[in-house]
Amino acid sequence: MKRIQPVAANGLLDRREFLRGGAGLAAAMMAYSVKGETLTEPPWSKEPGTTVTAYGKPSKFEKAATRTLSNPKGEPRTQHARTPHHLLQGMATPNGLHFVISHAGNAEIDPAQHRLAIHGLVKRPLVFTVDALMRYPMVSRFTFVECGGNSAPLFSPEPLQANPQALHGLVSCAEWTGVPLSILLDEAGVDPKARWVIAEGADSPHLSRSVPIAKALDDAMVALYQNGERVMPDNGYPTRLLLPGWEGNMNVKWLRRLQLTEQPAMSYYESRTYAPILPNGKAYQFYFIQEVKSFITRPSVGMEMKGAGVYEISGIAYSGNGRIARVMVSADGGETWAQAALQEPVLSKSFTRFRIPWQWNGGPAVLQSRAWDEAGHVQPTRAQIVAARGQASRVPPVAAFTSQHYNGPTSWAVDASGGVRHVYA
Amino acid sequence: MRAEAYDMYMRSLLLSLLSSAALAAGPNLGLPLSPEELSQWDINVLPDGTGLPPGSGTSKQGAAIYAQKCMHCHGEAGKGGVNAALVGAPPIKTIEAAKTIANFWPYATTVFDVIRRSMPWQQPRTLTNEEAYALTAYILAQNKLIGEQDVMNAQTLPRVRMPNRDGFIPRFPDKLP
Repeated sequence: MKRIQPVAANGLLDRREFLRGGAGLAAAMMAYSVKGETLTEPPWSKEPGTTVTAYGKPSKFEKAATRTLSNPKGEPRTQHARTPHHLLQGMATPNGLHFVISHAGNAEIDPAQHRLAIHGLVKRPLVFTVDALMRYPMVSRFTFVECGGNSAPLFSPEPLQANPQALHGLVSCAEWTGVPLSILLDEAGVDPKARWVIAEGADSPHLSRSVPIAKALDDAMVALYQNGERVMPDNGYPTRLLLPGWEGNMNVKWLRRLQLTEQPAMSYYESRTYAPILPNGKAYQFYFIQEVKSFITRPSVGMEMKGAGVYEISGIAYSGNGRIARVMVSADGGETWAQAALQEPVLSKSFTRFRIPWQWNGGPAVLQSRAWDEAGHVQPTRAQIVAARGQASRVPPVAAFTSQHYNGPTSWAVDASGGVRHVYA
Repeated sequence: MRAEAYDMYMRSLLLSLLSSAALAAGPNLGLPLSPEELSQWDINVLPDGTGLPPGSGTSKQGAAIYAQKCMHCHGEAGKGGVNAALVGAPPIKTIEAAKTIANFWPYATTVFDVIRRSMPWQQPRTLTNEEAYALTAYILAQNKLIGEQDVMNAQTLPRVRMPNRDGFIPRFPDKLP
């Protein structure tokens, strides 16, 4: 068996060379196959299977791949459902696992009675039925949606022992299809004085957010489909405002109204909730963009390494400023770095899956990823974020939102027994 | 074709057609919407007071409504209960400090707007405009941001100066209109 030269310290391997030849397979086989096993016919190979259902579900052996719920009884407060990144692959989040934050449950909207109104600084105030919107020219694009509060546990002064679902589960990526908002605004006739679009949902809080007109005319969409099927109820059925790369809360679900104005609304969510406090006591306002970020999903906390040998390190990178240009991975806590392979297609404002093979020697290792986007932005170090944004004054509960818009790295420490811990490195 | 490229193509197509036609080149399936038809939905209140309806209310009127419709979640005198405190201005000393109306919110109009659009949590859009003004007056007076006798209406509410008005920095100034 040929030895593949490491491309960075502590066993990171060159992926192209790795794909060409089977390095280190002996070690893996020892851990994963039973010596001398006779292959027999299992029960499911000896009788016909169950009846095919009208709407499929994952295997009953994959029950762990579910969202975690912050408020499973639906008590009168916000509900969070987090995506299990450590159990998923590729770039598309299945619809039932797409993250949700809902401030007053799911609005269950009858599309026949739903309307979208456009008014304010327009020449022709208009109202659309969903049937009418379905006749418009549509576009499809992959894009991630991320809550401004995703990754907030990393503002803790001590690393919280939690898996990628608990730390980063408030971001997901889907192929969204819908009507470019620019077409609808053109039909209404935008008054040159209009500078903002105030979007409002049909849910009971009537959630509203102000969007600069330039974004509304750029790549905004009234989304009707999510991964090929109609938008899920908890993601805004039948109409969701999609603002690729921008703060999740601004992607107003159950969209029913767009008012064009000269001023922003200064709504509850932009005045208060999504205005993170800075160390000097001031607060950021209008934190529109979800900046470049990456994290390793495998290996990660909650997994156990089964013996030394070759593993694939895999993770997600994305940027609200465009395509991912490069992801570097370190296995020694940031001392040396190797470039990970990016899975095609690499799309703007979308998840990009990165992978790199790793020869684990059975000793301690600290895994970390860092991403660059095509606009030249680099994922900051945790020290840079703490310097600019501060950190919590004490260790918070893992579900607390001490601040927002953390886009620094996540570090996983592998110990000699194969356990994985969250560390700051 | 990439999504952005398609988008640009579609927009350039629309713009070229717009220059020669009164209406956009889309299907034009939106129906005209009159102010009367919109009126029940037309609830955005802007910081300068645009959108505030006729009517008025005082803190005293608000206290009675608060006890009946708000105290259950927000506690006695707005001190907080199962949901957030509405009264009080603890100093902001940490990044995770509690954000309250009095220590954080930049505009008083937001108080009226969120009461009218979202509250009471179990029965939003059931308050009259008078009730929303009265509750706004009650909360602002409890926070000593207005006097006990002050009347809140479309003229007075936008003039209430919130203590943290200048406490904000736009994160991406180049993205602001």
